[in-house]
Amino acid sequence: MAGAFDHLKETYFQECAELLDSAYVQLAALEDASADDETIHAVFRAIHSIKGGGGAFGYDRMVGFAHGLETLLDLLRDGRVAFGRELGALLVRATDALSDLVAADRTGQPVAAGFEDALLAELAQAALAGQSAASPAPAAAPPAPPVAPQAPATAYRIHFVPHADLFASANEPLLLIRALKRLGTASVTADLTRLPKLESMDPEHACIGWTIELVTDAQRSDIEEIFDFVTDHCDLTIDAAASCEPHQAAAISRADHAANGHGAQAAAAPAGSGADRSRAPARGAMSGERRAEAPAVAQTVRVDVEKVDRLVNLVGELVINQAMLIQLGSLLPPDTCAGLIGGLETLSQHLRELQEGVMAIRTQPVKSVFSRMPRLVRELSAQLGKEARLFITGEGTEIDKTVIELLADPLTHLLRNALDHGIERPDERVAAGKPAEGSIHLSAEHRSGRIVIEVSDDGRGIDRERVLARARARGLLAADAQPGEEEIDKLIFLPGFSTVDVVSNVSGRGVGMDVVRRNVQALGGRISLQSRAGAGSRFVLSLPLTLAILDGMIVAVGAESYIVPLANIVESLRPKRSDIHAVAGCGDVVAIRGQYIPLVHLANYFDVPDAENDAARGIVVVVEHERAGHVGLVVDELVGQQQVVVKSLEANYGAVPGIGGATILGNGRVALILDVAGLHGGATAGRRAEARCPSAADATTSAIQ
Amino acid sequence: MAKRAMTVDDSKTMRDMVAFTLRGAGYVVTAAEDGKQALGLLASNPVDVLITDLNMPVMDGVALIRALRADPKWRALPILMLTTESDAAKKAEGRNAGATGWLVKPFNPEKLIEVVNRVCG
Repeated sequence: MAGAFDHLKETYFQECAELLDSAYVQLAALEDASADDETIHAVFRAIHSIKGGGGAFGYDRMVGFAHGLETLLDLLRDGRVAFGRELGALLVRATDALSDLVAADRTGQPVAAGFEDALLAELAQAALAGQSAASPAPAAAPPAPPVAPQAPATAYRIHFVPHADLFASANEPLLLIRALKRLGTASVTADLTRLPKLESMDPEHACIGWTIELVTDAQRSDIEEIFDFVTDHCDLTIDAAASCEPHQAAAISRADHAANGHGAQAAAAPAGSGADRSRAPARGAMSGERRAEAPAVAQTVRVDVEKVDRLVNLVGELVINQAMLIQLGSLLPPDTCAGLIGGLETLSQHLRELQEGVMAIRTQPVKSVFSRMPRLVRELSAQLGKEARLFITGEGTEIDKTVIELLADPLTHLLRNALDHGIERPDERVAAGKPAEGSIHLSAEHRSGRIVIEVSDDGRGIDRERVLARARARGLLAADAQPGEEEIDKLIFLPGFSTVDVVSNVSGRGVGMDVVRRNVQALGGRISLQSRAGAGSRFVLSLPLTLAILDGMIVAVGAESYIVPLANIVESLRPKRSDIHAVAGCGDVVAIRGQYIPLVHLANYFDVPDAENDAARGIVVVVEHERAGHVGLVVDELVGQQQVVVKSLEANYGAVPGIGGATILGNGRVALILDVAGLHGGATAGRRAEARCPSAADATTSAIQ
Repeated sequence: MAKRAMTVDDSKTMRDMVAFTLRGAGYVVTAAEDGKQALGLLASNPVDVLITDLNMPVMDGVALIRALRADPKWRALPILMLTTESDAAKKAEGRNAGATGWLVKPFNPEKLIEVVNRVCG
């Protein structure tokens, strides 16, 4: 479904291009006076359409600007502002700016902050000329709806008497009552006193009134919303039967007023007169955008995720099945069973496509979660009195949907942290010789079969002294321990760690980086941190693209088979004996094109009997990991490539260092999937012989699905 | 039987969005680019609910609503207007012409489904 939504966006941007072109043509026509009445309407419609679609996609900034332009065009088409050369030039410049803003939304490369402010002011100025009598133009962004406290169930008595003309607008009382019933439990009584005799009855006139006793935990506004379309065509009173508080009394008197008939126009907010213009948007926004905060993801997916998951699992089983069939097929004599063997091959091909298709359902661009972040940064920096700009790159990078959804929390937390703890106040920044405005970079990219998301800021970096002091004070670190810089940085991932003495309501809310790390780990990911005092911090999240299926290389070690994730493999080779060296305290290394790569003998590592321990007689599979570079795994032989369905070992057995999961091979046997990072940990820890941070020992090894 | 809806809008984006949203909610959706096209389509493709833009070339939303209400066949058709905050005057015209209700653009997909469900049962 993500695809469908992207498709909509694509359509939208194509249309924007056409609309902008058309706006330019019409504006030129206005200039050289070849215009007619329709010309200005066409410009208005073009801008209006751009704005309408943009709002639906949440391009608030562009919409805000389009709104300013549209307001002026509206006055122009009503003849309340006169067209002139200057105004024409302004409109063209504004259209240019709108093009830039649209382009920014299309490419995801935001234009500079304040880019459109001066023009917006000019537009407002020009609009003022025609609005002197009217109320000021409504703000571009509609005010957020007031957040009403969740009320306990309340009993309402709703008296609803449709006017005779209710049916003229095709409104149906029965449907309204049904909608009410969805809010809670309702008992309905009909008032038939106005019911005429059958012979004088006009079926197009409403003549029945209703009294509805509704017990609901919904707000009064929810009830009012149901009657929104009919307030002009009925007498309506809504009484809270149970608790009647002062503010409700006011509401009731309003409703009574409406019931009198003449007041109805005033009570129904989105009324028609021009003077009401400025009020209408607020009301409309309340009903239309109530759930604007809902994640973009929720708007685009209409398939129960469980269904997709079932499909993915089923495909996983099919993959195993197919591997078994292929294996059996390879035992058949090709001359007599050519058809069957060919069929099996076609089957695997189709299965592969099926699998890609199914996985594609689950992937979507990280944009859906990234898109929520600029607003967060805007609002938070205002709240914290800081200046910061968010730069986003790689938002088109696709990743499994389940991963995306679970990414929102950690990312939000990281950005909050960056703003709260990282970016300094403007005066501090200037004093430190930095621009007053801090920058935060958020990026996503594919790197060796994983997705890597980075959050970096140019703030003050990690205050290691404080971290160390805090960790000691909290007993997270022995008093005499002398950890290195990296180890200190890792301390912030420990549970219960918080460096801010006064808990702020922004990021220090009792949950800290340990929760972020846990969330990331739960996704089979890892988080690492680099920081330089005074220069900023960089958090790197590395996540698997999907949690379910993996391209693997089957390697044999003695009688055992292991799976090495293909994404980690750099090359496989049989080294010459002369290239293998033993280094004290580091074990064996192999020289490959002038580089020394540590060797891990899987036979030793997993204690497999009868396996090749001599790299010169076995095979060295060189694997890489983004954290620790290359390692050579010594195995007996390469068996072949295969897609494997990842089954959690942790869930079914327990965490094993160096093992990322298990799978079932074509021959029905279980094989273990190597966790390259875990093996690295073993290899590099031995080599460096460094004191390792206790908690981080090693978060990374348990990265299993 | 699946309910049928028609979206009338000169913007393909809006047509696609309404159609996409309502299809997701189980509606069969047809689309028209302006009022005139909508009237033509309706003659052969009756619908259960119609969602129309107001600002359109050729025949705008208000004229479409008037034309539909003048036809006994469409007198009881629920008609929703897609309006914007700058359209207050047009919206009032639409209501007087007999629109059933309205939705403010940009609309929230859930809200659209909720309102469409509410007016056409």
